[in-house]
Amino acid sequence: MLSDNGLFSRDRVLQIAIPVGVVLAMHVAWYIVVRATNTPAYILPDPIMVLQALVKDWSILWPAFLVTTKITFLSLGLALIGGSAFAIFLVQSRWIELAFYPIAVVLQVTPIIAIAPLILIYAPTTEVALLVCAFLVAFFPILSNLVQGLKSVDHNHLNLFELYGANRLQTLWYLQIPAAQPYFMTGLKIGGGLSLIAAVVAEFSAGSSGVGSGLAFRLLEAQFRLNIPRLFAALFMLSALGVAIFALTSFISWLVLHRWHESSLKREN
Amino acid sequence: MGTRERGRATVPVALNTELEKETPVITPVKSTRPLLTMRSVSKNFSNGTQALSDVSLTVHAGEFVSLLGPSGCGKSTALRIIAGLGGVSSGEVDWPSSQIGARGTPEGDISFVFQEPTLLPWRTVVDNVYLPLQLARVSRKDAMPRIEEALATVGLTDFGKAYPRELSGGMKMRVSIARAMVTKPKLLLMDEPFAALDEITRQKLNEDVLGLWRNTGVSVIFVTHSVFESAYLSSRIVVMKARPGRIHEDFAVNEGVDRDGEFRTSENYRRTCERVSHSLAGAMHDAGGH
Ligand SMILES: Nc1ncnc2c1ncn2[C@@H]1O[C@H](COP(=O)(O)OP(=O)(O)O)[C@@H](O)[C@H]1O
Ligand SMILES: [Mg+2]
Repeated sequence: MLSDNGLFSRDRVLQIAIPVGVVLAMHVAWYIVVRATNTPAYILPDPIMVLQALVKDWSILWPAFLVTTKITFLSLGLALIGGSAFAIFLVQSRWIELAFYPIAVVLQVTPIIAIAPLILIYAPTTEVALLVCAFLVAFFPILSNLVQGLKSVDHNHLNLFELYGANRLQTLWYLQIPAAQPYFMTGLKIGGGLSLIAAVVAEFSAGSSGVGSGLAFRLLEAQFRLNIPRLFAALFMLSALGVAIFALTSFISWLVLHRWHESSLKREN
Repeated sequence: MGTRERGRATVPVALNTELEKETPVITPVKSTRPLLTMRSVSKNFSNGTQALSDVSLTVHAGEFVSLLGPSGCGKSTALRIIAGLGGVSSGEVDWPSSQIGARGTPEGDISFVFQEPTLLPWRTVVDNVYLPLQLARVSRKDAMPRIEEALATVGLTDFGKAYPRELSGGMKMRVSIARAMVTKPKLLLMDEPFAALDEITRQKLNEDVLGLWRNTGVSVIFVTHSVFESAYLSSRIVVMKARPGRIHEDFAVNEGVDRDGEFRTSENYRRTCERVSHSLAGAMHDAGGH
């Protein structure tokens, strides 16, 4: 029996079936258009050719996928550590914030990716350069969200902590950091998306080649060789990585917040 | 830090509860031991508002003092000064019989219940009540009996694992009171704690606070703008007036009166209300009437 709220409820089935159906329909339409117009594969391959390229070039694409994944997650991890540490440092005193926040803002509004060529000159290897670029891009949304979160603590809560003689570390640990969690999660989600974009764009400008290359390089390479099915296959892997990062950061956010924060609560009416 | 523990943790908790259970309801004997003294306290804010002007007040151990007055007469400011949140412009607050902490107040001896429950939404009820002890570096294991006792006194034993969002307004306020009582304070400061609640919940909580005061012997300073609330709860009422905030009248109420279930419909209560209303009307009139 289809219950209203069971695992296989009508709503749940439709929730999955509808988007999957739309995607399938689009692929079928894509296939029909390509076939009907006799479009050559070097302009627009049909979805089956893309799938074939994915299988055939797996030995090239999979290592590239791993490289891009590694750079993205490493840079995101470093940005989380660096951004959190710097945010906590910034909120320690009004003077520190006055001194350093403008620099953070200037760096944030500068399109960091524009200094990628510069970083490529200074960094010892291409991989380090990509890492630095992706780190810088993911760093600022994490920093600015966390600073805002750490500063927007309820005044009554601060009074409470002062009343019970809490020291600075206790206030940070038991009040400011938990209160900033929703803001931190926003920064994490934005930073996760941006670190992948930055890893790709930085590799475009790096134009490196050979064994250590990521998906972005494989993508460019496929374009030069007019191997468009492989280009689409690489694109597909990049978007799969993006979806995975989105799902992972959303899940972490849900895990941390679902018990208490409004953003993760189901409305019960 | 350690001052809070001294002379408190040494009292066996179990013994305490036993005593409370066996002793029938007692109205505390009026003590003459001063707990705190405000001497000519004035407070000016930087924007020029004179919130308090020359306020002198002595609160004795075991008293239930209501601060009553129109809004803006400095009730909250007075309470905050007593709690050591924000200093005085002139005058002083003296604690003759307490150990003074780093902020010039006996930290472990004072608790505060704000108008909002001010619970930490990411903590369960138990962990919210644990907070004051945690900040005093009591381990959770050692704190547990005291937390359970505090929750029992406000009737929330079964809600320890709930998060604040799962509780009604009245229950949140009870948690806030449990958190205040878990340190076994000598002085409980309450700033219009029930103003946001409906009348029925409010009456129930008033009864609970009165019971708490009787059973624990804690001194209470209770800020309210409700004549009825102050008349029901207090052993002494301090009526304040505004612009600048100062004391209008200070008088004892309910002396020797048994405040049981019938009290609210009694002649005694009606007379107290009249007495308080009259005083409050005077305070408003003197202040320019509004
Ligand atoms: N932080 C502040 N800065 C400036 N003025 C304040 C501040 N807090 C309170 N006041 C003013 O001091 C007066 C007394 O305020 P308060 O103690 O909150 O009154 P009550 O609690 O009796 O309503 C009011 O006129 C209020 O506007
Ligand atoms: Mg007030």
